[in-house]
Amino acid sequence: MSGLSALFYKEMLRFWKVMVQTVVAPVVTALLYLLIFSHVLEAHIEVYPGVSYTSFLVPGLVMMSMLQNAFSNSSSSLIQSKMQGNIVFVLLPPLSYLEFFLAYLGAAVIRGLVVGLGVWLVTLWFAPWQAPHLGWLLAYALLACAIMGAIGIVAGIWAEKYDQLAAFQNFLILPLTFLSGVFYSIHSLPAFWQGVSHANPVFYLIDGFRYAFVGHSDSDPWLGLLVASACFVAISAITLVLLKRGYKLRH
Amino acid sequence: MTPAIRVSELRKRFRTTQALDGVSIDIQQGEFFGLLGPNGAGKTTLISILAGLTRADAGHAEIMGHDVVRDYRQSRRALGVVPQELVYDPFFNVRETLRIQSGYFGLKHNDGWIDEIMHHLDLAQHADKNTQSLSGGMKRRLLVAQALVHKPPVIVLDEPTAGVDVDLRRSLWAFISRLNREGHTILLTTHYLEEAEALCGRIAMLKSGRVVACDTTRNLLQLTNEHCAQLRIDAAAAPAAWQGRLQAGADGSWRINFSEYAELESLLADLRVAGIRVIEMQLQEPDLEDVFTDIMKRT
Repeated sequence: MSGLSALFYKEMLRFWKVMVQTVVAPVVTALLYLLIFSHVLEAHIEVYPGVSYTSFLVPGLVMMSMLQNAFSNSSSSLIQSKMQGNIVFVLLPPLSYLEFFLAYLGAAVIRGLVVGLGVWLVTLWFAPWQAPHLGWLLAYALLACAIMGAIGIVAGIWAEKYDQLAAFQNFLILPLTFLSGVFYSIHSLPAFWQGVSHANPVFYLIDGFRYAFVGHSDSDPWLGLLVASACFVAISAITLVLLKRGYKLRH
Repeated sequence: MTPAIRVSELRKRFRTTQALDGVSIDIQQGEFFGLLGPNGAGKTTLISILAGLTRADAGHAEIMGHDVVRDYRQSRRALGVVPQELVYDPFFNVRETLRIQSGYFGLKHNDGWIDEIMHHLDLAQHADKNTQSLSGGMKRRLLVAQALVHKPPVIVLDEPTAGVDVDLRRSLWAFISRLNREGHTILLTTHYLEEAEALCGRIAMLKSGRVVACDTTRNLLQLTNEHCAQLRIDAAAAPAAWQGRLQAGADGSWRINFSEYAELESLLADLRVAGIRVIEMQLQEPDLEDVFTDIMKRT
């Protein structure tokens, strides 16, 4: 076991040991959203021709759950380790900053994918089965979890208190995910807010991921892939620079 | 031979505090070395720099010849640190904690050694317990075990016996002394000076980020010749000539500090002349605490 695989294993074991909180709870939350919104809106809204509202909503919910849980995994693991002081167990061994990054990122991606899969499986009871386009699905799912996992690392390192992390989560991550077309198509928005949505990278993640399921999207999925890849490269570069400098970890 | 630990001209400033102000120390392989100093003297900062937890502003540090910044992989492999804070990861049990810690050092099949450390630290019967449910003493043992999973040649213990009961303290020192006899270099910081006196071959004293003394424990003990005698006499007052020297204790006894035994002899002679009988007398030899207090006052 190299240092990287040990840290990855530890991160996986951590969230797996509390899976009721880390996997089951988010699946139930997504299910509640689906029940309420599809019950209220199913008969009234058809976003794309021939696509029911429930079928429209499911990919958005799956993606939203992946985004939030990938972020949660790395950020809460790091803040807990920092608050409890056990972060030294990771800082004392000969782990490089790259290994540190990959291990936390890898576990965040896996948690995001596991939750996403869980949400998708339970929604199959409510929405008709559609064979998704696997290539688009995987590309967007992996990129989304990786972007949020990396942002989670930055947030976990930056935050000095649970309070600060909660602020990051509630005032940045939650609005970004809610206001990016999980529940609606941005074409239903006024022109100004459509423009704002196009500046939100999370919009492309949800839009492209939905394309993999329903074959319709608000923007070109290739453009979305480009934006998401560029975001991942940028946020990874920032995270790696911070880790290399030992920002808030090695004083 | 390459020194186990070499620090030269280390400087570190935290905002308004100069935590280390040009510290240089060489610790040879196989030494049991004590690092003493009051709170805030820079001991933990020095250890943190050795461990790579803190980065020095200037100077450099090596573990077994490996620079702690440039060759951090080799230097950290050679170093085991028992941190001062009682930290643990509440997600795992004892065995998982030690296996994961081994993994960080790239050790795959380490169960033999993990069992051995657990046995020596009396952790074996707690192997499957969650770390959260361990007592304070057991958590401290686990920290020691974690520092040893990769068999480091250099072991740093940062106040390992703070708040630890007598039994654990004894068994811990027996184990650490054994590791030292087997060739491990030990660097110890402690506020229990009698522990340092009994265990350490050499001691450095830090004050305000500077080394104010660094010598063998034996030489340091000879730095002060302040002996102390405690007397109980059958008179209410001491002879007039000695009233300035003798200090009255709360329990009716008298104390005198002296550097030459001849002084004590003349006190006893004067007491006899005055017809005062000595009921009881205790002599106290200078210990490391006296030397420490003396050095901290003088510097």
